[in-house]
Amino acid sequence: MNESVHALSGAYVVDALDDDERTIFEQHLPGCLDCQQEVASLREATALLADDSALTPPPALRNSVLAGIKTIRPIPPETTNEGGADGDEASPAIAEVLPMRRRGFRVGKMLAAAAAVAAIAGGVVYQTSQGNENPPIAQLSPVEQVLNAADAEKVSKSFPDGSTASVYRSKSEGRAVLLTEDMALPPPGKAYEVWLQDAKGTMIPAGLMKPQGDNRLLLEGDANKATGVGITVEPAAGSKVPTTEPIALFELDEADA
Amino acid sequence: MTPFSADDSDSPPGGVPGGVQSAAASAGDLAELLKLSGRGDEGAFAQLYDATSARAYGLAVRVVRDPSQAEEVAQEAFLEIWRTASRFDAGKGSAVSWILTLVHRKAVDRVRSAEASTRRDTTYHQGSQAVEHDSTAEAAHASMEARRVRQAMDSLTEVQREALELAFFKGYTHTEVATMLDLPVGTAKTRIRDGLIRLRDTMGVGQ
Repeated sequence: MNESVHALSGAYVVDALDDDERTIFEQHLPGCLDCQQEVASLREATALLADDSALTPPPALRNSVLAGIKTIRPIPPETTNEGGADGDEASPAIAEVLPMRRRGFRVGKMLAAAAAVAAIAGGVVYQTSQGNENPPIAQLSPVEQVLNAADAEKVSKSFPDGSTASVYRSKSEGRAVLLTEDMALPPPGKAYEVWLQDAKGTMIPAGLMKPQGDNRLLLEGDANKATGVGITVEPAAGSKVPTTEPIALFELDEADA
Repeated sequence: MTPFSADDSDSPPGGVPGGVQSAAASAGDLAELLKLSGRGDEGAFAQLYDATSARAYGLAVRVVRDPSQAEEVAQEAFLEIWRTASRFDAGKGSAVSWILTLVHRKAVDRVRSAEASTRRDTTYHQGSQAVEHDSTAEAAHASMEARRVRQAMDSLTEVQREALELAFFKGYTHTEVATMLDLPVGTAKTRIRDGLIRLRDTMGVGQ
């Protein structure tokens, strides 16, 4: 055991390591049972510290959390790593992708790792190139990755009724996200459909908004080729081409050819 | 197993399904709710939220200070908890520690990325922050625990306690903590670890 790395356990548990140290420790952790046990036990102690600070959150938080989960699919449990801690604490990218690819199969670790690498190379996961350094418990959702991307551009619109809508696009992520707040619900039997507009002006379906005022929608399709994002009112099941005039149109900066 | 209904997610804002029972939910209950959440059970997640949100939000407020930012942090954290609930392993720790670990990481990420020039300009006042009154059953439950925790904290040496509070509640790195407390570089992390070990052993958790 490396004593100096081991000594980081306490600071790791209270998130007091800098990024480099955290990376070092998380690389060390899967292979060190002592550290795993110590981290687990110290986390229990740390959780108690929060008891003294309990504070009722605003009711709006409950509403937005419970509305938010409706748009987020829980990731499946890990199915290939029953044997040990490998890939659990230190390799979120692998944990992220393997169950989807290998669900129902028991595969050897080498094969599993190879599959993960192949999947990453194929762009299946949304992890950034620093993915492996991310803490396993703080993985960003695809939506958050777009919102937090350094190159994210934002176009916002406010409407007379006080509602707002914003489009975030990250070229590094190749994705766009639509955020709405307090938007009026669509007419009965209708839905708001979102579109990516390409350089030729063609509108490509990018998803349906949930019938709720606040939405966080990861748009389908290659956002880098989009010159704009539109919202139209469509039948509840959605349309393949817009059947009404857009109620909102967001112009994006130049698209990739 | 308790049959959690998905209808619970439609409870009115602030409603506490199960009331006191929910707040005093045992570790096993929370683990079960987390497990059900991992399968997409929104009702179970609503109960989990009601049983842990005061601790989560309170922790976020303590670290980031600004209530609206703390709300964002808590929201991000709960959405992440929902998304990754299936990765919780009851064999490796309690549900509440898993949840609060995630909240704390998000809160610290927030203060670090905000590169709080304002925060750094603020003189450090040793943890004398007033404890806000909180009327929820969860908070009442928490406050009983909190008394024990405070007693346990009193058993730490002053430097252990200060280092732990600066790191955990204020989001400073151990290197920053060392500077603030005039400790030789590299010793703050030891103080933090020693303090946590003492706290753990005094409270009898995680063994």
